[in-house]
Amino acid sequence: MANRIGVYVCHCGTNIAGKVDCSEVARYAGGLRDVVVSRDYQFMCSDPGQDLIVEDIRSLGLNRVVVASCSPRLHEKTFQKACARAGLNPYMMQHTCIREHCSWVTKDPEEATRKAEHIVAAAVRRVARHQELFSREVGVLPDVMVVGAGIAGIQAALDIAKSGHMVHLIEKGPSIGGHMAQFDKTFPTLDCAACISTPKMVAVSQEPNIHLMTYSEVTEVDGFVGNYKVTVRRKPRYVREDICTGCGTCLEKCPTKVISEFEEGIGMRKAIYRNSPQSVPNTPVIDAEHCLKLTKDKCGACEKFCPTGAIDYTQTESSVTLEVGSIVLATGYDTMDPSPIREYGYGRFDNVYTALQFERLNNAVGPTGGKILLKDGTPPESVAIIHCVGSRDANYHQYCSRVCCMYALKYDHLIKDKVGHSVPIYNFYMDMRCFGKGYEEFYERVQGEGVTFIRGRPAEVLEEDGKLVVVAEDTLLGEIVRVPVDMVILCTAMEPRKDTAEVARVFGVSRSQDGFLLEEHPKLGPVSTATDGVFLAGTCQGPKDIPDAVAHASGGAAQALALAAKGTVSISPTTSYINPDICVGCKVCIDLCAYSAIEFDERRQVSVVNEAMCKGCGSCAGYCPSGAAQIKHFNETQVFNELEGLLMPVKPPAPAPEKIEPQTARRPAAEVVPEEAAPEEAMPESAEPAEAEV
Amino acid sequence: MDTAVAEEETPQAPATEAFEPTIVAFVCNWCTYTAADLAGTSRLVQRPNVRLVRMMCTGMVDPKYVIKALLGGADAVLISGCHPGDCHYINGNYKARRRVKLLNDILDQFGIDRRRLKLTWVGASEGNEFAETVNDLIEEIRELGPIETRDMMVL
Ligand SMILES: Cc1cc2nc3c(=O)[nH]c(=O)nc-3n(C[C@H](O)[C@H](O)[C@H](O)COP(=O)(O)OP(=O)(O)OC[C@H]3O[C@@H](n4cnc5c(N)ncnc54)[C@H](O)[C@@H]3O)c2cc1C
Ligand code: SF4
Ligand code: SF4
Repeated sequence: MANRIGVYVCHCGTNIAGKVDCSEVARYAGGLRDVVVSRDYQFMCSDPGQDLIVEDIRSLGLNRVVVASCSPRLHEKTFQKACARAGLNPYMMQHTCIREHCSWVTKDPEEATRKAEHIVAAAVRRVARHQELFSREVGVLPDVMVVGAGIAGIQAALDIAKSGHMVHLIEKGPSIGGHMAQFDKTFPTLDCAACISTPKMVAVSQEPNIHLMTYSEVTEVDGFVGNYKVTVRRKPRYVREDICTGCGTCLEKCPTKVISEFEEGIGMRKAIYRNSPQSVPNTPVIDAEHCLKLTKDKCGACEKFCPTGAIDYTQTESSVTLEVGSIVLATGYDTMDPSPIREYGYGRFDNVYTALQFERLNNAVGPTGGKILLKDGTPPESVAIIHCVGSRDANYHQYCSRVCCMYALKYDHLIKDKVGHSVPIYNFYMDMRCFGKGYEEFYERVQGEGVTFIRGRPAEVLEEDGKLVVVAEDTLLGEIVRVPVDMVILCTAMEPRKDTAEVARVFGVSRSQDGFLLEEHPKLGPVSTATDGVFLAGTCQGPKDIPDAVAHASGGAAQALALAAKGTVSISPTTSYINPDICVGCKVCIDLCAYSAIEFDERRQVSVVNEAMCKGCGSCAGYCPSGAAQIKHFNETQVFNELEGLLMPVKPPAPAPEKIEPQTARRPAAEVVPEEAAPEEAMPESAEPAEAEV
Repeated sequence: MDTAVAEEETPQAPATEAFEPTIVAFVCNWCTYTAADLAGTSRLVQRPNVRLVRMMCTGMVDPKYVIKALLGGADAVLISGCHPGDCHYINGNYKARRRVKLLNDILDQFGIDRRRLKLTWVGASEGNEFAETVNDLIEEIRELGPIETRDMMVL
């Protein structure tokens, strides 16, 4: 069938038309080969805009469509759907961008118009070689995996479980709860953290639809949306979860003391330990690196005293494979180590603490039993809190960590409450950012408690006569201040976890500039990722407080559930296809494919693509020496044609010989060029017949 | 913004004689194409000489495409994708990197200056970086002059 192409040039109000002469571009397009109709219109994505396309497909018998408007990342689907409504295969449309890549970035209107013409010409040439493609529906496995069991992962898992779907909740640490389990109180309500998180943690352990795997990590993800096969590595606990009653006898008997990570280095634990008595699960783990039995074959005290015989030194690492339809990542954040900021004296001076250390100092089951004490065991008589340590700082993290102002206020209140109202507290801040519900009110309340706020980032913290001295410029007064205190708390930045790169690789998601996991769209797709069926929850996506992390997590759960509830998902047909008539069986593609999607058919001696596993990356097609491997919708002929269009001279000084003279007569908004008897011009580079479907 | 082209060189009128290179850019959908969108949304002015071809991954950029572009009238080719380690398809960009190395040698044989093929990594959030890359490359190629083979061969 001869090509009948329709071209639609969008004004996007003045977004495009303000720079690009859209009518001229449409007129130009009308003169291109196979173009039957070419129009420009105010808003192509609007209903009347789409109707233009639908109408033309029906009444003019268009079999190919080009829309030149905003980025295809925005509206390609919209126009594909419009084509489908009119009965045209959606892949017979090419959406090309003359806004983000042209009108918005080009200064000169003349140049912008020329560039738009190049872009449209390329699309017209390309679409002439498009082929009908059909997406396939595949089933979605009903189970969901949630990775990371901080408050975000817990929330997501509970939401999913409530719907009746099975959730595999994978936690790297020995118990769940994440950072929230380290806190005693939470802003702005000053709820006891344990009182709101413990019931959730217990609900996780009791929920029949949640399969909790702690001390476990995902090492491999195979498959595709709806059908992921996940390998989970289970580290040995050396304590049998099925027998242990959590009595804690072993912890008392163990003679080996180690600095505790959960206590942020200001407390000790044993070689057999759990984070806190409220831990879920409350089965301890043996730290193989420090256990005398496991390192030197000595001691064995825990085994001797365990009343239930739960200790098992012979446990080894194991791995399990789970099959799930979708994955929610909730791997959380780290806090920045402030040691590199030498001037603040962390690690050099005893009483300079990080915020998380302060959380532990303040926690009823922390190393001081919840008393706010200096290293020498006495309560501080004055405290300085330094905001934005490593945040909003070009040398460390440019972004705002979004929680420090608020937890600093929480500390102001807690210190006043616990140590005494007479204790002076100095907050060194740059701006106070109290943006949440009830946050400003909390700020006012704390101000009313007599806390001092000094605007200015401190230059350094010194030690003079056994006191710490904070040196800063008070930028409101324009004066240098030197404030002597007993204790300094550093509000260190929230930052991506150290292993984020690894997590991103395993799950095939990207990272944003700041290193956190990247969402699909900052505004409209904050929980999905560019990988279908992988969603984000909580602070792995960026700094958040608990209410935001929980809301985000419920969003991730809803997305995963939407997939599971529908039960099917359509798989993009833009996969690789290896033409068996051309393949020479060299097998180069097989090793190149990162998804093991290509197999060798011994009988026919050719490579064959498994379309369900192929992601359409084109690693095979880019290399296939015989040209047998081609990506559908990105095949050689299509790309060559696009290149030709791009490089075609658009304006006569020297009119291209093969080009049809653009029509100059112009009717408002529409222009129909009578069909030219232009037969499919054979192009030297497109000699290859269009790829055949099997 | 630092990426904007200097004011005085934008109006083309007085410098019509100046050589304006044509550059074809193969950019990956996930990183650099998104960065180009972002550069647009942030209105970071670029010279109009670069024309994008959207690819799903730099790993699918067949060497033939590069040669075809260079022999078909482009004065330079830019290939740009996700930063090493960030490839949406695990390692397509590493494959592209290796290929560009090999391509350089082939270009020599075609008599094409290897500076006319450039590989860069521009992540999805680096709109600035994209605009800068484009403007810098145009400047470089402008100095280099028109491609020698422009009318020499047909592929
Ligand atoms: C000092 C401080 C005080 C704060 N105080 C408050 C407050 O009072 N109120 C408030 O609203 N917010 C507060 N916040 C913010 C709060 O900590 C976060 O909003 C919340 O903890 C985010 O939860 P999350 O589940 O996203 O991450 P996390 O709590 O970090 O949990 C992530 C979980 O995932 C696990 N994990 C990580 N990687 C993997 C992996 N590869 N595989 C398996 N599991 C993995 C981790 O072990 C962890 O259990 C405070 C933050 C700080 C730094
Ligand atoms: S003594 Fe035994 S039962 Fe008790 S907590 Fe330790 S391992 Fe579990
Ligand atoms: S396009 Fe080729 S290399 Fe990429 S996933 Fe598909 S078969 Fe594998």
